[in-house]
Amino acid sequence: MKRKSAMWIVGAALAAALAIGVSPHATRVASADEPRYFAIRGVKIYRVSAPPLDNGTVVIADGLIQYVGASAGARDEDGNIPPEALVIDGKGLSVYPGMIDAGTDIGFGEDKPKDAATGAGDGAHSTSPAKISMGPEDRPGTTPWRVAADEFNSDDKRIEKWRDAGFTTVLSSPTGGMIPGQSSLMDLSGGRPGEMAVLPQAAMDLSFKPTGGFISFPGSLMGAIAYVRQVMWDTQWKEQATPIYNAHPQGVERPVYDRTGQVMAEAIARRELFLVPANNQIQILRALRLIGEWRLAAAIEGGQQGYAVAAEIGERHVPVIVSLKWPEKSKDADPEEETPLRELRFRERAPGTPAAFTRANVMFAFSSGGLEGPKDIQKALKRATDAGLSEDAALNALTLNAARIFGVADRMGSVEKGKIANLVVTDGDFFSDKTKVKMVFVDGKRFEVHEPPKDEKPAAKPAEKATAKPRKAAPAKSVKKPAGPSAITPPVTTDDHPATRPGKKPTVTPNDNVSEKPNISEVAEGTWEGGR
Amino acid sequence: MKRGMYKCRLVNGLPVFALIVVAAWLGGSPEIGASGARSSGVEPKDAQVTLIKNATILTITNGTIEHGSILIRDGKIAEVGTNLKAPANAKVIDASGQWVMPGIIDCHSHIAIDGDVNEGSVAVSSMVNIKDVLNPEDPSVYLDLAGGVTAANILHGSANPIGGQTVVIKLRWGKPASELPFEGALPGIKFALGENPTHANFDAPPGIPPRYPATRMGVEDVIRQAFTGAQEYKKKWDQYNLKRAAGEKNLIPPKRDEKLEPLVEVMEGKRYVHAHSYRADEILMLIRVGNEFGFKVRTFQHVLEGYKIADEIAASGAGGSTFSDWWAYKVEAYDAIPYNAAMMTQHGVIVSVNSDDAEEARHLNQEAAKSIKFGGLNETEALKLVTLNPAIQLGIDNRVGSIETGKDADLAIYNADPLSVYAVVQKTLIDGQVYFDREKDISARAAIEKERKDLLDKEKKAEEDAKNEAKREEDKAPKPDTDTKPPQVEIGATGDAQ
Repeated sequence: MKRKSAMWIVGAALAAALAIGVSPHATRVASADEPRYFAIRGVKIYRVSAPPLDNGTVVIADGLIQYVGASAGARDEDGNIPPEALVIDGKGLSVYPGMIDAGTDIGFGEDKPKDAATGAGDGAHSTSPAKISMGPEDRPGTTPWRVAADEFNSDDKRIEKWRDAGFTTVLSSPTGGMIPGQSSLMDLSGGRPGEMAVLPQAAMDLSFKPTGGFISFPGSLMGAIAYVRQVMWDTQWKEQATPIYNAHPQGVERPVYDRTGQVMAEAIARRELFLVPANNQIQILRALRLIGEWRLAAAIEGGQQGYAVAAEIGERHVPVIVSLKWPEKSKDADPEEETPLRELRFRERAPGTPAAFTRANVMFAFSSGGLEGPKDIQKALKRATDAGLSEDAALNALTLNAARIFGVADRMGSVEKGKIANLVVTDGDFFSDKTKVKMVFVDGKRFEVHEPPKDEKPAAKPAEKATAKPRKAAPAKSVKKPAGPSAITPPVTTDDHPATRPGKKPTVTPNDNVSEKPNISEVAEGTWEGGR
Repeated sequence: MKRGMYKCRLVNGLPVFALIVVAAWLGGSPEIGASGARSSGVEPKDAQVTLIKNATILTITNGTIEHGSILIRDGKIAEVGTNLKAPANAKVIDASGQWVMPGIIDCHSHIAIDGDVNEGSVAVSSMVNIKDVLNPEDPSVYLDLAGGVTAANILHGSANPIGGQTVVIKLRWGKPASELPFEGALPGIKFALGENPTHANFDAPPGIPPRYPATRMGVEDVIRQAFTGAQEYKKKWDQYNLKRAAGEKNLIPPKRDEKLEPLVEVMEGKRYVHAHSYRADEILMLIRVGNEFGFKVRTFQHVLEGYKIADEIAASGAGGSTFSDWWAYKVEAYDAIPYNAAMMTQHGVIVSVNSDDAEEARHLNQEAAKSIKFGGLNETEALKLVTLNPAIQLGIDNRVGSIETGKDADLAIYNADPLSVYAVVQKTLIDGQVYFDREKDISARAAIEKERKDLLDKEKKAEEDAKNEAKREEDKAPKPDTDTKPPQVEIGATGDAQ
């Protein structure tokens, strides 16, 4: 008898120890009460890289997908699920790879960093006192060394907003200037920017919006293009001259140090993706020509009139990040003014661009392009699917193709073993407006999503800071309690509610006006003036 | 911003925006795609043979042919004469009672430019290139076609002593930007002398000095400095190339300079200089500077005092591209006279009459006619001002500018003698294709209006549907549950301000 009870004690201690997660790979456990292993079983899995599984199991741990496969055996016998895993019953649910928004200024824009003293974020560069530029040698509006991840403000309210809608990953771009810096691919897991950065130097942004005027160079579109061309020439010269000088400096004039040339040369050597803004067909064809002239690995940003030139884009194998901010009548348009037919046609046909791209074998992803929030993104996606884009193609654009464009398809964009655990759990077809996102995993961290009130008034819901701690809310589906400590708390009561905790003031989410970002939203304007 | 001023002169007459509205209404904007075939109004190129028959043909170089015909094959003029036979499948244009002349060539135009016409921030902006920013969807292209223009010299503005690189285009409405430039035409560069470049920066904000130059002396200095720099740049490259040819190792090439390379091309005769100029003294100045640095001015643009120094201009080999009768809109235009074109012609200058304005370009036939009254040019000489002469000035006279076999079939068909104020363009052809057809334009308007109305109605309906949907969502919104006590209530209770 004594021996038996001793064994029970040892067994229980072992189980407890395992459950607490004593293991060398403890790094990714966000908080002590989060389980190390999650499993969702009996769920429909849209793998993207393979046909969907109607009844599948996915296991994640340590921020990665550990297992994906058909659900096997009875609930208690599924050999693929570790016994200490928190198992979520996926009946009626669907799992998608985390969605990727390939063009935002999340982390920049209106949300200034808390520490105003650092002066980091969007403000410093776009409003710095204008230095009169007398020519290309003054390098106006040029800061290619800026990396978005370095200045990313993780207090941006949009992180949570996007994540709750199923976007686990965004491309965040610095603003201001013709060569403003490098965009970073960020997982919206909260915490420090370093932890969120999947690819800090994901892409080099370009813009042809002149930063000068009649006083400072360049003041015109042709001036901006000429400027970027001169930078490309200087970069090529740097690539040529530096090794020659280094190999044999005697008797040779030393190449002048040019930070821009240096950084650009390094970016080109890495085959970093250049983002070239182009929205109407004139701009798109011009962008294709310049990309060819400068021999860049590049993608087009905006691309809304792609329906007219899909074949040309397909021939050049240039991917497009399509802005979902479809062109529409300007709010302050003069009602008397007659809209040109050309513009009316553009507004009508733009949402058909993604479908046209599918037919022309153009690889594309989507960017929210300045849309206010995920609800608008869903509406915009619906317009694209109504115009002929298949849900399959739309899903690819939001996941694996976006990853491919940035060269990270080996680590994200599909539900595959070994990939980063970015997953969206919904209660139905992601593209249906009746579907709700229930849970989101970002880098393996779990976030439960509770439904905001229908009118989206943020005041009704206390906005919590985007932190790693998943919010506790009434789970819609039953969960299987693991052998170890439970991670699910009972439904919210008023005693526990942040609003009623003593000393706590609820903060109100301000109206999330996405600030204008010259190199994305001006492209996404979709108005006819073009004039980039 | 007085940028409009630097388009060489003020835009007069009909406000431009009204023109654009009319143009959009008329234009109906064919979709531009890879194959122009998708566009409305332009037949596929491989159609073949076209016969324009029974017209009064103004050949320019070989007199006038009554009841004449033109046979077009593969975009070129194959035959000109009377009683021409055409193959059975030929497209026939019956031009009975009509006049055919070579398409008009506008030697000074700012149409089809995307964005600013000027890079006005620096005095020497030779690094910018109009070719980078061609906008083939500018309604002015279509409107100028409707005025008989088939080719145009698209120029940078006149804000800078040395402006940007320029390009000659054919007005191929419906084609993408890459198909507009006139194949084989030498590239150009715009210079500007006189009031425009010296006034460009007088609105400088406080604390910022106005841009140099502010005087005509300064303009000359800027041009000299730029070409001195270009000479040094060329020398550097010549030395490098010599060393490389001699097999020297460890050579770092000189940096390429986008600003100086076009100036080297000017000195090497590979790029034409089009110099906006008014006063006799500055025209002579530029001829001297050109001689000093080894380049010739190809055309003086506006050149309103050209009649005063016609012999000197003729001796320099430069052409003169002027207005028919614009004058006194600036101090430097005060001495302009409508006899300018005729007088320069009579002294041996190749003269063209240009528009410098999208609206003026629509009646260059009439502007040409004015030199018959003012100066006594004959009808052929007058028509030359807008056809063969600008072609010669732009170096494209082997292709266009007159109706001769072998030349491009760039033609304008009028319902009356083009020199008459009653003449209205019926059709305009480029490379043998009809790019403007007045009858078709008029008959297509109803369909265009219908399409516009349908699209507007569709948008309105979508708006209303969205509004109703939003309203339904609002009505459906669940009232806050009392048992979860939403924070709104809590906020009020704890007295927190919102």
